Amino acid sequence: MDPSRFFEYLAFRFGDFDPSRYTVTVVVGVFGGLVARAFMMRIDYRQFPGYPHGRVIQLALGLVAAFLGALAIPALVAREFTAVTFLALAAQQFREVRGVERETLARLDEIELVARGPHYVEGIARVIEARNYLTIGTALLVSGVTWFTHWIGGVAALGAAIVAMDKLMEGRTIGDIARLRIGCIRFQGPHLYVDDIHIMNLGLPENQEVWKGKGRGVIIEPLDAQARSVLASTGQRQAIAHDVSVLVGTRKDFSAAELTPLARRDPDSGRIGFAIVPENGDEKLLLKAVSRVPVLEAAQSSPFPGG
Amino acid sequence: MDVELNRAVMAVITREQRKTAGGAPIFHVESDEEMTRVAGNLARILDGIVHDLENGVWIVVRH
Repeated sequence: MDPSRFFEYLAFRFGDFDPSRYTVTVVVGVFGGLVARAFMMRIDYRQFPGYPHGRVIQLALGLVAAFLGALAIPALVAREFTAVTFLALAAQQFREVRGVERETLARLDEIELVARGPHYVEGIARVIEARNYLTIGTALLVSGVTWFTHWIGGVAALGAAIVAMDKLMEGRTIGDIARLRIGCIRFQGPHLYVDDIHIMNLGLPENQEVWKGKGRGVIIEPLDAQARSVLASTGQRQAIAHDVSVLVGTRKDFSAAELTPLARRDPDSGRIGFAIVPENGDEKLLLKAVSRVPVLEAAQSSPFPGG
Repeated sequence: MDVELNRAVMAVITREQRKTAGGAPIFHVESDEEMTRVAGNLARILDGIVHDLENGVWIVVRH
């Protein structure tokens, strides 16, 4: 169709139609949403497998989300109220994204040497779904501000939205809720301990030698009652084992199950003893890796204070 | 995952025949050296971990 005829049609349809205003609003809105999505991706490199292609998938979905958000205000202004119902469709769509994400990660987890565990998988899937909604929201905000002010206002709103997201969406990490220190790996008979916390029973002397030589232990001490309950969660402990073995490596293999990194709890104090045979024996790196593990949403609860 | 109850005793290795019976395959060995070697091989083959019951009996468990 000849573009000028198309705009004539729109002008006929909406009276005082000013195509440039719609175009600017939608373009700035979509741009804002996409930038926000790309910005959020910066944070999740560790949580997302399948690097370049995973990014393409997420950016493509982000584009769709940005379009949905950016179109809402112009559609309302044009009195196309029914058009706004597509936001409901979007919610449906992105819930499916979460399902797909969960399925992919859960399938990968089946043969992972150190599994993420269902808590972590669920958390990642949820974050990816939520990020699409944030993209819609940002595009909505940016396009709205652009419509009522100027595209410069839209860009300023985008900046503010990104700063706010950075602050609000930054979840806590293990380093925020616990004190970390290096623990001593030792054996008492066949029993492996990190300081005074029992980890497991290992019969073979050669395995014990590997642990004595290359094993490293970390004591994770919760700062309060809530931190205690987070660290008691098996899902959280599995996430620690997974993330740390990604960050500092693990010597575990299919035929070396005895080198599995394990996090065990001392029921009296709520402390966690974490034992791993890392590829990289640097203790500073190990502490840093543990402190960076995210606190999982699924592991959160609020017990009575002091409980 | 290491928290589920899906572990199973795959093999029992011992020098003391009196202490073992039935259930899992039992491997009788003559010396400590043989015990270590057999247990190590079984653990590799079965993808299990050798645990010491501290009574002269070792078991290979798949977790």
